[in-house]
Amino acid sequence: MPHFISRGFQGRRRRDDPEGRVPPGQYLTDDFPVLSAGPTPHTPLERWSFTIRGGAEPVTWTWDELRALPTETFTVDIHCVTKWSKLDTVWEGVSVETLLEHVDHHSDYLVAFCDGGYTTNLPLEDVTGGKAWIAFAYDGEPLDPEHGGPARLLVPHLYFWKSAKWVRGFDLRDEDEPGFWESNGYHLYGDPWREQRYWGD
Amino acid sequence: MAGTAVLGRLSWQVAQVSATVDETARVRTIRLDAGQWPGHRAGQHVDVRLTAEDGYQAERSYSIASAPGQGLEITVERLEDGEVSPYLVDELRAGDGLELRGPIGGYFVWDGDDDRPVLLVAGGSGIVPLMAMIRHRLTIESSAPMRLLYSSRTIDEVIYRDELDRVAADAEGVEIFHTLTRAQPAGWTGYARRIDQELLREVSWAPADGAGVFVCGSTRFVEAVAEGLLALGHDPLSIKTERFGGTGG
Amino acid sequence: METNELKLDGNAIGGLLLELFGLEMTTTTWVCRSCGAAELVARVDVYVRAPGTVVRCPHCDAVLMRIVRAPGRRWVDLGGLGTLELRDP
Repeated sequence: MPHFISRGFQGRRRRDDPEGRVPPGQYLTDDFPVLSAGPTPHTPLERWSFTIRGGAEPVTWTWDELRALPTETFTVDIHCVTKWSKLDTVWEGVSVETLLEHVDHHSDYLVAFCDGGYTTNLPLEDVTGGKAWIAFAYDGEPLDPEHGGPARLLVPHLYFWKSAKWVRGFDLRDEDEPGFWESNGYHLYGDPWREQRYWGD
Repeated sequence: MAGTAVLGRLSWQVAQVSATVDETARVRTIRLDAGQWPGHRAGQHVDVRLTAEDGYQAERSYSIASAPGQGLEITVERLEDGEVSPYLVDELRAGDGLELRGPIGGYFVWDGDDDRPVLLVAGGSGIVPLMAMIRHRLTIESSAPMRLLYSSRTIDEVIYRDELDRVAADAEGVEIFHTLTRAQPAGWTGYARRIDQELLREVSWAPADGAGVFVCGSTRFVEAVAEGLLALGHDPLSIKTERFGGTGG
Repeated sequence: METNELKLDGNAIGGLLLELFGLEMTTTTWVCRSCGAAELVARVDVYVRAPGTVVRCPHCDAVLMRIVRAPGRRWVDLGGLGTLELRDP
């Protein structure tokens, strides 16, 4: 039996997509919704660090050391699995590739770990080749804590739950190990263009 | 308790909108005709689900405003960045269907089974479940002393204002206190600030009186009021809270 | 937006818990497996504005429960909870 339809209900959704930049099932938004699975962490910059573990030895950057690395300003589209997409978002950050160059490793996968305990998993080939950054500024301003500041992972070609807020490092792994959402129903990889939202999609 | 445990009654049903009432510029009450409505307790809520033609769905919870036995009404505030509330406040009309399930909730409820005094503290649209409790008290002619402390930004944003004025004037044992935090009309004699410990002390019963307390509003409001009451020595077990989100409703 | 406003309480998942367990659960007590605190479901911290619903211990912030809903299926992780007591109404 067809489901009851609420007369005249659309939500706030737009799909005007002349350039084909909106993945299937997504809607455009002009705001930047804040999603949160827990309290916002507030790590002072003097205590902040980013560590890559699992290589020959752990490699750590303090905030100042991270900021001393070459940074890029880049514009990308982002797609949240909760169905909103935002085009032409402008960020500043250090490419993940730049960080990985300092690590002696043979791994194929990583688990990103964050203040507050969130994790997400990624193949290394999805964070290299100019596909991912540790971002610390959005729209010309330092990244707001609500949006993951001081720094978040940014992997725009995958659903935005992979762009882990409050990121503090990577654990390099030999296998793809599901993170917080991936172990609870969300797709291990998460390609918005193949609409890989949930297990088995 | 009717409707609280049997899964079958908690399935989604399509109710008909029988009437709508504009309470304030942003707030509307929706009266519903739900054929299989099992009745409810004051303080419970319903889950509402909207479905677009392409199958997109959005779900939100709304407190029931009507007293038990007085039909089914919800009161909805249109949130600025809302997805569901603008539809309910601006688009929905009498004759439309609205999919809902309920009643839900066994914690934030007042049945009026005893004469214990009751303090109700509302922030903005947090008044809705508390209004159901006030209406219930009047319906069952309870003699439990009841006080409402209701915080709003301006007089125009006070929901159920006329009804509350009548209750304040006519009802035995029900006292209404307003505080307007942003602007007050000329000649205003009520409170004129955010609720603080001193205000609570003036309005609430002494801890030894064993009043039950219900606090409803935004998370920040609820936490501040609960803290204030605890600082005054109220038993934490006597304070029940319900946080409303501005969560894109 | 106030991030505080993203945090609700167990009342907000009354319907969801009814759907999953067939019981009104807001007056049930849950025990946090991480810190051992016991709390009424109505008083736990609930985050609904996320890819799924995350329920946290209000004392130590540990995740008590995670729920993800997709068309026709749902995933529930109760690993953060100690044993549940489900009483007849």
